[in-house]
Amino acid sequence: MGDAKLDLLQGTLDLMVLQTLAAMGEMHGYGIARRIEQASGDEVLLNQGTIYAALVRLQQRGWIEAEWGASENNRKAKFYSITKRGRKQLAEDTAYWMRLSSVMGRVLAMSDEVQS
Amino acid sequence: MADSFRRAVARVAAFFRKQPLDRELEEEVRSHIEMATEDNIRNGMTPEEARRRAMVKFGGVEQAKEKQRESRGLPWLDTVLQDLRYTVRSLSRDRGFATVAILILALGIGANVVVFSVVNTILLRPLPFYQPDRLVWIAPEHANGLSGSTYSVDAYEDLRSMNRSYEDVTSYFAFSTPDNYKLMGRGVPLPVTGIMVAGNFFHVLGVDAAVGRLFTEEESRKGGPAAVLLAYPFWQRQFGGDRSIVGKAITLDGKPVTVVGVLPESFDFGAAFSPGSKVDILTPVMMDDIRYEGNTLAIIGRLKPGVMVPQARAEAKTLFPQFYWGKKFPESKGQYDGWPAPLKDYVSGKLRRSLVVLWCAVGLILLIVCVNLSNLLLARAAARSKEFALRSALGAGRGRLIRQLLTESLVLAGAGAVLGVALSYVLLRYLAHQGSIALPLLNSVRLDGTALLWTLAITVSTAVLFGLLPGVRASKANVQEALKDGGHGTTEGRKHETMRTILVVSEVALACVLLIGAGLLLRSFLKVLDVDLGFEPSTAAALKLDYDDGNNTDKRSAILQNVARRVGAIPGIDVVGFSDNLPLDRNRGWGAPRVKGKNYKPGELPGAFVYITAPGYFQAMGMRLRGRDFNWSDNDKGEGAVVLNQSAAQGLWPGEDAVGKLAVLGKKDVRVIGVIADVRDTNIEGKTGWQMYLPMMQSDWGPDGAYLVVRTKLPPAQLSGTVMRTLREINPNQPSVEFRQLQGIVDHAISPRQFFVLLVATFAGLGLLLASLGIYGVISYSVTQRTQEIGIRMALGASPEHVQMSVIRKTLQMAAVGIAAGAVLSIAMAQLISSLLFGTAPTDPPTFAGMPVLLIAVALLAGYLPARRASRINPMVALRNE
Repeated sequence: MGDAKLDLLQGTLDLMVLQTLAAMGEMHGYGIARRIEQASGDEVLLNQGTIYAALVRLQQRGWIEAEWGASENNRKAKFYSITKRGRKQLAEDTAYWMRLSSVMGRVLAMSDEVQS
Repeated sequence: MADSFRRAVARVAAFFRKQPLDRELEEEVRSHIEMATEDNIRNGMTPEEARRRAMVKFGGVEQAKEKQRESRGLPWLDTVLQDLRYTVRSLSRDRGFATVAILILALGIGANVVVFSVVNTILLRPLPFYQPDRLVWIAPEHANGLSGSTYSVDAYEDLRSMNRSYEDVTSYFAFSTPDNYKLMGRGVPLPVTGIMVAGNFFHVLGVDAAVGRLFTEEESRKGGPAAVLLAYPFWQRQFGGDRSIVGKAITLDGKPVTVVGVLPESFDFGAAFSPGSKVDILTPVMMDDIRYEGNTLAIIGRLKPGVMVPQARAEAKTLFPQFYWGKKFPESKGQYDGWPAPLKDYVSGKLRRSLVVLWCAVGLILLIVCVNLSNLLLARAAARSKEFALRSALGAGRGRLIRQLLTESLVLAGAGAVLGVALSYVLLRYLAHQGSIALPLLNSVRLDGTALLWTLAITVSTAVLFGLLPGVRASKANVQEALKDGGHGTTEGRKHETMRTILVVSEVALACVLLIGAGLLLRSFLKVLDVDLGFEPSTAAALKLDYDDGNNTDKRSAILQNVARRVGAIPGIDVVGFSDNLPLDRNRGWGAPRVKGKNYKPGELPGAFVYITAPGYFQAMGMRLRGRDFNWSDNDKGEGAVVLNQSAAQGLWPGEDAVGKLAVLGKKDVRVIGVIADVRDTNIEGKTGWQMYLPMMQSDWGPDGAYLVVRTKLPPAQLSGTVMRTLREINPNQPSVEFRQLQGIVDHAISPRQFFVLLVATFAGLGLLLASLGIYGVISYSVTQRTQEIGIRMALGASPEHVQMSVIRKTLQMAAVGIAAGAVLSIAMAQLISSLLFGTAPTDPPTFAGMPVLLIAVALLAGYLPARRASRINPMVALRNE
């Protein structure tokens, strides 16, 4: 089961983070990581720590913003939320992914037929 | 795109806010793990297990942080800074090494910057005129000296009107003497140097007046208003840069002349056309005044757009033979040819080879510096091999180690460059103010942006060159081997030593090439100093004499006799004489005398160099005369008289004694009263042509001004005051001038060669020093490495002398191999510089024998010190020291 986990493609983590924030609203880093794991059905191999490099990248591009706040248990945490430009970027990237995966699906299905 | 830019800005900002951002990250990570732990506890784990699982889920905390920092800031810059900090720390621990390395680099880089600036100024930078690449110097193809490269007014005017290649052609009067004008009406009359130029001179060069205007057409016509342009330095010096002087009249030679303008600072007539001399004023040349004075105009043309030099040459081939020396003499047609050449070639072409050689010499120096530093760094790397092994054991990659070492060499080279640039700045300022070096444009030499770019380029390439080899070697070091204790005398050490020996040998070879080159040039220079000038410059001095003879020969003679008597009476002055021209100063050729009664084909006789003199000149100059000198009665009442030099005398009467023979000069019969030794007339290194001396007292040849020449054993400056007072008593208009020592004129003539020799010899000395340092370093290091071995040998009975000899033998072996290689290279090098040599064969045996001996001697000295140390090793101490 462990070796069956998916390695993340370059850039996919950024997109997942954006999508998570767009869907769930304001969240802290731990929350985002948890949410991605749950949504992927624990199929993604994610060192939760790597999320912070993605967060700082997105923040520097102006696609998300951060603010210190208090968590449910009243713990100090940094909360991230998606910006307007982040949403635009998300829409673009999502469309791209959809196209890519449908193309990939078609191509791979064809090669399947040939083999069988 | 905008987002990428935003991110780049954010990264730079983050780079400068490391600490607060790190604190925030720290806090974020901590709360992340705590939240995860709490969740795990809620799911029923024990606190320890909960925390452990949270940590596992998070992955490596430090790695995650590092990754975030890398995405956030400028990781490469962090590495560079880290390397820099480390470099500075490690260099300041090893201060002796750093100091020596930086000093060596400063010398190497400084020398290169100086030479580059000189080369750039003289060869590379365009002339300070408008579109200078369109300007050509027009002279006969095989012009010999200035006189052979000038044209008559009629030829010039025909060229102007008949050519199709040039936008315009201009000229200047090429035979002006220094201090040929007196500026009056401002206290003591002041000598100034003026050049007469054609009215369109500045238009053709594309130079505009900085203040006021250029000459009008009217001003360059005979009888037009008198006008003068001031050179910028003269305007500053004499008129304090007062702009209101423009439009006012100044008094030149007793006549009022209007200052119409001031030339820009960038325009320096002397720098481009007559190196090493200053020009104060420029006046329009009245063509009608000099129409029949001979070939007096130097010609410059500006090519039409699209016309290339070969086309202009082709045109000149058919055009120039149509010109007349003077149109009123129909037979004077057809003696000209023309060979336009880029003006830049005329100004600096002769120097190209010297400068290229200089550039190569200084490049060799830099190479030797690189080799030397490579060597020093290799020695250091050997000492640091444990440090590197430790670092690589701790996970530093090979690239990272090489980068670290390159950073070190860059820091060293950078520090050397800063010091070197400071050094060259001082030197260049000194050179720019050496008015006495007769190199064109040298006064405008300075440290400019191009030179700084060059500095940057050579600094970086030097650093890479000398840093790469030790870097690669050090990073290759075997971790196991190096970390084991007591890695003395292992194979690694021996390989190091081989590499260093090769480096030293090549250093010696390069130094040998430099030394032999410098030796050949030095020998040439000594030969030049040894040339028989035909006069004694050391005890002769001259000053420009002012007199007003109203063009009356008898009056002139009376004035000169009076001056000769009064000045000759001053204590300390042994002989007084007069001449209108001095050797190695101004050029002037006339038609040669002919043997009376003999007919010559046109062009059969060469032109003769003319000096118009009065009694005493030969003796004052220390010239060797056979026959008699002129005396005051060689005037219009007496027979025409001439003194010939040996070349002319032998040319006219081969195998006979010319003294007493009758010659014809122009239309006048002249008796040859004496034959005098050849005098170097225009340059020391060239051949001497025909020369003749005519008396000032005969009206057929009016002198062109006069120099008072004295022979004295006292320093002339000491006499100036008394002589000047005496001259002022005779003629109140005598400008205040200093004595020119003839030695000074000679020095001026040899100054370019002296300049090159001095530089090349300095570089060779530097090369020798560096090579000996290299030898010392390697031998000394190997003695240190072999302390134990030597100790054992001595314990087993080797005598100190034996040990010493073995070290010295090793030194000599290295030097010998280097010298052999260097000598072979030098043979090729000597062929390349053979055109720069004077009276010295490229295979000059004394040089090829002497320089290796010098190198061996220096090598011995460099090897002797470590050898002595080796022989004093105490076996007990050496063995105990393990």
